[in-house]
Amino acid sequence: MSVMERRLIREASFGLTGKLWQISWFYVLLLCALASVGYMALYSAAGGSPEPFASKHILRFGFGLVLMLSIALIDIRVIARFSWLGYAGAVVLLILVLKMGHTGKGAQRWLNLGGMQWQPSELMKIMLVLALAHWFHKASWERMGNPLFLIPPALAVLLPVGLILKEPNLGTAVITGVVGASIFFGAGMRWWMVLLIIGIAVLALPLAYEHLHDYQRARITTFLHPESDPLGAGYNIIQSKIALGSGGMWGKGFLQGTQSHLNFLPEKQTDFIFTLLAEEWGLVGGLALMGLLATIIIGGLVMALICRNQFGRLVALGLSVNFFMYVLVNIAMVTGAIPVGGVPLPLVSHGGTAMLTVMIGMGILMSVHVHRDVDFGEERDQF
Amino acid sequence: MKRDTKRASIFTRRALLVGGAQLAALGGLAAKLYQVQVVEGARYTTLADSNRISARLIAPPRGRLLDRFGVPVAGNKLNWRALLIPEQTADVNATLDNFSKLVPLADHERARIEREMRRHRRFIPVTVREFLAWEDMASLEVNAPDLPGIVVDVGTTRQYPFGQALAHLVGYVAPPNEADMGGDTMLALPGMRVGRAGMERVHDKKLRGRAGAVQLEVNAVGRVIRELDRQEGIQGQDVQLTIDAGLQKAVIDRLGDESASAVVLDARNGEVLAMATNPSFDPSLFNSGVSQKQWLEWTRNRRAPLINKATSGLYAPGSTFKMVVAMSALEAKVITASDSVFCPGYLDFGDRRFSCWSKFGHGSMDLHGGLKNSCDVYFYEVARRTGIDRIAAMANRFGLAVPLDIELPGTRSGFMPTRAWRMAQGKAWNIGDTIVSGIGQGYMQLTPLSLATMVARIASGRAVQPHITRAIDGEALPGGKAEDWPSIGVSDHTLHAVREGMWAVVNEQGGSAPLARLDLPNMPNVQLAGKTGSAQVRNVTREQREHGYKSENGAWELRPNALFVCFAPYDTPRYALALVVEHGNAGAAAAAPIARDIMQDVLTRDPAARRDPPQRVADAAPIGSRIP
Repeated sequence: MSVMERRLIREASFGLTGKLWQISWFYVLLLCALASVGYMALYSAAGGSPEPFASKHILRFGFGLVLMLSIALIDIRVIARFSWLGYAGAVVLLILVLKMGHTGKGAQRWLNLGGMQWQPSELMKIMLVLALAHWFHKASWERMGNPLFLIPPALAVLLPVGLILKEPNLGTAVITGVVGASIFFGAGMRWWMVLLIIGIAVLALPLAYEHLHDYQRARITTFLHPESDPLGAGYNIIQSKIALGSGGMWGKGFLQGTQSHLNFLPEKQTDFIFTLLAEEWGLVGGLALMGLLATIIIGGLVMALICRNQFGRLVALGLSVNFFMYVLVNIAMVTGAIPVGGVPLPLVSHGGTAMLTVMIGMGILMSVHVHRDVDFGEERDQF
Repeated sequence: MKRDTKRASIFTRRALLVGGAQLAALGGLAAKLYQVQVVEGARYTTLADSNRISARLIAPPRGRLLDRFGVPVAGNKLNWRALLIPEQTADVNATLDNFSKLVPLADHERARIEREMRRHRRFIPVTVREFLAWEDMASLEVNAPDLPGIVVDVGTTRQYPFGQALAHLVGYVAPPNEADMGGDTMLALPGMRVGRAGMERVHDKKLRGRAGAVQLEVNAVGRVIRELDRQEGIQGQDVQLTIDAGLQKAVIDRLGDESASAVVLDARNGEVLAMATNPSFDPSLFNSGVSQKQWLEWTRNRRAPLINKATSGLYAPGSTFKMVVAMSALEAKVITASDSVFCPGYLDFGDRRFSCWSKFGHGSMDLHGGLKNSCDVYFYEVARRTGIDRIAAMANRFGLAVPLDIELPGTRSGFMPTRAWRMAQGKAWNIGDTIVSGIGQGYMQLTPLSLATMVARIASGRAVQPHITRAIDGEALPGGKAEDWPSIGVSDHTLHAVREGMWAVVNEQGGSAPLARLDLPNMPNVQLAGKTGSAQVRNVTREQREHGYKSENGAWELRPNALFVCFAPYDTPRYALALVVEHGNAGAAAAAPIARDIMQDVLTRDPAARRDPPQRVADAAPIGSRIP
C-alpha cells in the first residue's frame, strides 16, 4: 500500500471516532500518573490534607484533560494556519503585562485575565513553537543554508525573549531561547551556524551578567557560595539540599518530611515540590519521578519522529524540549545545580495557569500525533 | 518527495541527538541527586535535625533552707498561673473580659498583658495572673468553654513559712539581672531566681541546682510541634541552718514593737540558735518585684527594717564592756580581784570630772562589787591603770571589733580605738579617752552579734566563732562540737571571777539587774549570769544633769540604747544571749526582762540538746507570760 493510498484511507475514515482512536492513550495515562504524583505531593504539603492544594490541583487537571483532548481533535492544519496569529496575540499580551501587569515577587509577570492570574510568557513559548514550525514547514534543505532565510525567524525569537527579559524573568527567557533554538536545529540549520551561535552566546555571558538585575546577580552569587548568606538569599538552596540529603536513599516516609512540614522548606507546594517528594520518598522516589518525566519527554520526541509532516515534527520537538526545560531547570534548581529561578515542575507543582498552559501544549502535541499522516499539500519553498 | 526524505532524515538524526542530550542531562541530574541524597546524606541529616530539634532547659526546683530540726524556713510552693495563648482565641478582649468576671483584672494588668502580646508571636503564652487561689482555679476550670485561649499551668515559687521572723537571716530571692546572667544560661529561664540577701545569697550556687533539658521539635518560626525527649533537672541542695525556727519566732514575738536585736548562741560551739531583728520585712515581696511605694516606706523608716541590726547595727556597748576591761586588767596583773577602789560618785582626772551613774557613790568596790553594782568609777580607775591597748587586745580576743567567721553578707566588725589609731589621725591619745572606754563609751562601736560572741567565749572559755550553716545536703560541716574550738587562752581564775560577778548582777541582793532572775519551777537550780548596759548616744552635760535632765523624757532618737548580755545555766554554761533595745533608755529596766524571758524560753526548748523540735511548740510556755 502506497503512502498515498494509506493517506486516502486515513482521510476517508477520519471522523471523530477515528481521531479518538488515534489519540495515544498510553501518553494520556502517563500524564495522569504525573498529575497523581502531584496530588500526593500537594496532599503532603498541606500537612496531610486535600485542602487547600491537592483537591484544586486534581480539579484543574481534570479541566486541563478535557481541554487537551479537545485541542487534540482540532486539525493540525487549522492550528498551523492560525499559528502566526497566536504568536502576535502572545506578543501583545507580553507587552500588556509590561504596561499594566501585576507585580509579584519583584517581577512584572502576571496578567489578570478573567479572574485568573496569567503568565503570558508561558503561552508565548507555545505560540513561538507554532510560529517557527510554520516558518520552517516548507523550507527545503537548500533553503536552510541561506542565512538570510533565518533572519526573520531569529527576530521572531529575540522579540519575545527581550520582552520576557524586561519583566524581568531570566529563567523563562532562557527557556524560550532554547526552545526556539531547538526548532532551528531540528529544521536543519547548518552546523557551522549552530557552533557560531553557541560561541556568541558564551562570549556574551559576561556582558549579560553586567545587565542583570541585582536580585538575579544575588542568585548567581548565592549559587556559587550558598553558605555565604545562610539566612538570606542562600536560605532556599541550603534548606532544599538539607531536605533532599536528610531524605537519603529511602526517604522519611509519606507525610514524614520534617523540613517541609516544619516549614523550613520555602515554597514547598510550588517550586520546591520535587524536594518535598524526594525528602519523603528518598533517592528511589526521586529517580522514579525523573523516570516518569523522561518517558514523557522521550514520548514527545517519538511522536515527532513518527510524524509525517515537517510542521508536526518541529512542533512536537519544540514542545518536548519545552517540557524538558521545565523539568531540567526545576530539578537542577532544587538540587542546587543552577541558580534558583521560579520554574515549576509541570503537572506536579501547585498553580493554575502553569497547569493550563502545559495542558494546551500537550493538546497540540496530541493533535500532531493524531494528524501525523494528514496531507499538508505540496511542499515547496516559500519566497 | 525526495526533498522531504532528506529533511526527514536530517530531522530524525537531530531529534535523536536532542533526545540523547536530554537523557544525558537528566542522567547528570540523577547523579547530582545521588550525591546530595546519598553521598552527603549523613551531613544533611544532621543539619535537618539541628533545624527541627530545639533543646530547651527546664528550671530546676531551688534547694530548701532548713532549720536545725529540718523544718523548712525557705521552701518552694506550687504557683498556679493562668496563661493566655492569643492565637487560640478569636477575640482576645472577649476572653479577657470573661476572665475579669471570674478573677478581676486591674487596668494596669490588662495593659501589661497587651504589651506582652505585642512583643511575642501569637502562639507564645502570656501570663495573665499568677498565684491563683484554689477557688479561682476551680471557677476558671468550670468556665473553660467561655475562656478560649486561657490555659492554667503550675510552676513553683519561693515560700518563706516564717516570713518576717527570719527575713534578715534567710534573706530573699529576686529575678536575676544582667550581671547575674554572666555564663549561666539557666538563669534566663522564666521563674529562675537568685539569692539576693542572707543565706539565700550565701548558698545561692548550691541552692540553684542543675537545669534539666527537654528536646522539642520546632518549625521554621519556632513553634513547638511536640516533645521528643525530657530530662528532669536536679533540685538544688538543701542547706541546714543552726537556727531553731520556733525559737526565732518566739524571740521576734517577744521583741514586740521595740526596735531591737537579739542573738542567741550555743556558747560551746558558736551555733547561732536565733538572730532576731525588729522591725522586719516580708521577704516574699522581693520575689515578684518591690513597689516603689513599699521601697520608700522601708528606706525612710528610722527603725530601718531592711538592716540586719544583729550583724550591721553598731552600738556603744556601755557597761556590757566591763567584763573585758576586768579581764584585761586581771590578765595584765594590774589588779587582783580583791583590790578595791573607792567610789565617791565621781573620778576627777586632770580638770575633768567623770561621773558614776550613782551620784551618791558606791564606796569601796572590788571586782565583785564593781560588776554587781556596775560601778563606773571602779572601771574608770581599772581602765586607767590597764591602758587602752591592752583593753583593745582583750576585746579583740573576745571577738569584739574583729572580723567574725559568720557567713552573712554585710556583717560589720565594729570598731575599737587604740593609741596607734589615734596617732594615725595625728592626735594624741588622752587618758580621758581610756577612762570612758572603761565603761564601754567613747569611740568604740560594736554589733549585737559580737557581744553575743563575747559572752559565749566568757561562758565557755573557748574561742568559738558564730556560724549559721550546719549541714549541706545532709553532710555536717565542722564546728558543731565544743572540741572543734580552741581555748580562749585566758586563765580560769580570771574567767571565773568575771562569771561570778555576772552572776551577782542578777542573783545577789542589790545586784543591778534583779529583773533578769530566772523563774523556772521545773529547773529551780538553773541560774542566769548577765550584765546590763545603758549606752548614751549623746553627751549629757553636768548642768543638764543638775537641772534634772531625764533622758526618758527626751526625743526617741536621743535616748540611750538599752543592752543586756547573759549566759545560762551559770554552773554549766550552754546558751549565750546579747540583746540591744534601741533607745530603750536603761538596760536593767528595758533589756533585762526581755532577755530573761528569752533565756527562759531557750532553756525550756533546750535546742542544743534536742534532736527534734519540741513536740508541742504551741503549748510551750509563751515567752513573757510569767512577767508579774
